[in-house]
Amino acid sequence: MNTLYWLVKREIWEHKGGFIRAPLIGGAIFLVLNLMTLIAGEVVSGQNIRFGGNSIRELGRMLDEKQLAMVGMGLDTAMLFSTAIISVVMGFVVFFYCLGALYDDRRDRSLLFWKSLPISDTQTVLSKVLAATIVAPAVAFVTGVVAGVITLLMYATVLSMHGLGVWQLLTLAHPFRVIANLIASIPMYFLWALPTVGWLLLCSAWAKSKPFLWAVAIPVVTGVLIWWVQLMGLLPSSNFYWSQFLPRLLGSVWPGSWFAAAHHASNNVSLGIGLDGVENPDNPMVQFLSLGNLYATLGTTTAWIGLICGVALIAGAVWIRRWRDDT
Amino acid sequence: MSTVISANGLSKTYKDSRALAGASFQIQSGRIVGLIGPNGAGKTTALKAILGLTDFDGELSVLGMDPRHSRGKLMEQVCFIADVAVLPRWLCVKDAVDFVAAVHPRFSRAKCEAFLARTKLTPRMKVKQMSKGMIVQMHLALVMAIDARLLVLDEPTLGLDLLYRKQFYQSLLEDYFDEDKTILITTHQVEEIEHILTDLMFIRDGRIVLDADMDAVGERFCEVMVGAERAAEVRALKPLDERQVFGKSIFLFDNADRGHLSTLGELRRPSIADLFVATMKGTYA
Repeated sequence: MNTLYWLVKREIWEHKGGFIRAPLIGGAIFLVLNLMTLIAGEVVSGQNIRFGGNSIRELGRMLDEKQLAMVGMGLDTAMLFSTAIISVVMGFVVFFYCLGALYDDRRDRSLLFWKSLPISDTQTVLSKVLAATIVAPAVAFVTGVVAGVITLLMYATVLSMHGLGVWQLLTLAHPFRVIANLIASIPMYFLWALPTVGWLLLCSAWAKSKPFLWAVAIPVVTGVLIWWVQLMGLLPSSNFYWSQFLPRLLGSVWPGSWFAAAHHASNNVSLGIGLDGVENPDNPMVQFLSLGNLYATLGTTTAWIGLICGVALIAGAVWIRRWRDDT
Repeated sequence: MSTVISANGLSKTYKDSRALAGASFQIQSGRIVGLIGPNGAGKTTALKAILGLTDFDGELSVLGMDPRHSRGKLMEQVCFIADVAVLPRWLCVKDAVDFVAAVHPRFSRAKCEAFLARTKLTPRMKVKQMSKGMIVQMHLALVMAIDARLLVLDEPTLGLDLLYRKQFYQSLLEDYFDEDKTILITTHQVEEIEHILTDLMFIRDGRIVLDADMDAVGERFCEVMVGAERAAEVRALKPLDERQVFGKSIFLFDNADRGHLSTLGELRRPSIADLFVATMKGTYA
């Protein structure tokens, strides 16, 4: 256990740039852009920001309960937006981290140093899985939440300068619920991302060169073959492969990709229970806000088949790692 | 004295070439063994087999374990330095010490820090900022602080300057080696390790062609230096090799009658390098 902890720590040392700096920079850029928007808004429209003909001062009084809930949801969305942007960045980081994880140390031969220590290949590979599926989303989501809270305060401060009470606004938002949901989606990410992580690690452990090419070319070429077979009239449709299998194999490292898949897999699963009184099944943000929806994905077969495949692929990566050396 | 490594009929074939062709040897504890061979003779493959880094055919027991099956356990007792370039470039000294201290049950942090104190390395220094000599100092400090029973060195001083090379072997002898430890070294710089070896193994085309302790090597082989006028006479005794130095001929003999040879010319003890060249004649032809 102790060894595993240090192995994960080692991954963070090596990939500080991707795991820590990238989300921080993403968050910082997000905040700067928001600040610029706010300042521009102030400068351009002066004291009279108007919503549909009403000055913002009157807005607070004019909104009924449902509309207030919408404002709250808007604020929640604004808060989530920073996490969403950082998550996209994180998806790329995790994708390329996995591709290099069992390949780079073979190329620069530092594998020979790591293999000179009493560490099993299972522990090594597991540490990389944990770094990709727990550490990366944890850092990304915490950064996203902090950036989101700062954004929220920024907007609240500006709006309060126009007469709306900061605290009234903040009570409309649900920062704690958003934070709780984000934290709750880390285990979801772990379960969901495993097939992609496993596939990339397998390619990373196996490839003698250019793991990216193998990881992407094999499934795409397979897809073209399936499409061709379908064209010959031997298969009813290759739709499943392109719209479900491929995104699951290569795209599951992007947080939130589970919503699309769950939505796709079953229209019977009710995805639309958002905030009290607000039903908007097509707004992904609304879906994101509901814990029930988050884990509704676990009711789909794709989640479980993916999980089993992911575990098998990781076991394959461990086995290959055992016998590949620096040549 | 116990057997540390016992290999029997070690074979390994890569796609297009045969790296090991039934190599058999034994290494006892408390020895410093040089495994010497030309490029492509199977040295590195043999070491990789011993370290459990590659699959092979034949029997191999290292410290009583089969490296194919119990590598994790084996590496608690075995250390190795591949060559100077294998430490990851992003690693800094302090992190490396912390990491090895955490994962290696036989590592002594105090020892390692004492070794590091003798160098110019600082805790925050990263491998990519170090010279080759400094990298090997760091690697050696890590390895010497591990109480292992077998140390495997594969070209450990490749590309180092003379000062670092001398210091490397000196540290090993003075601060590390004792009768419970065993060191297995491969290198092309034979002259430098000649005086520290207790045993010598030559490997050629995947087979062990010479396996003897240094005393036995001294007894078996001898050189005789004679003037040109007696060269033909000596040549008739079927020497292993002959070469010319300053108008004189030097002949190398295996198990020759020293009494007779000394009447023909001046007897000398051959260097490992001369022995190596004679044994490996025709390797690349």
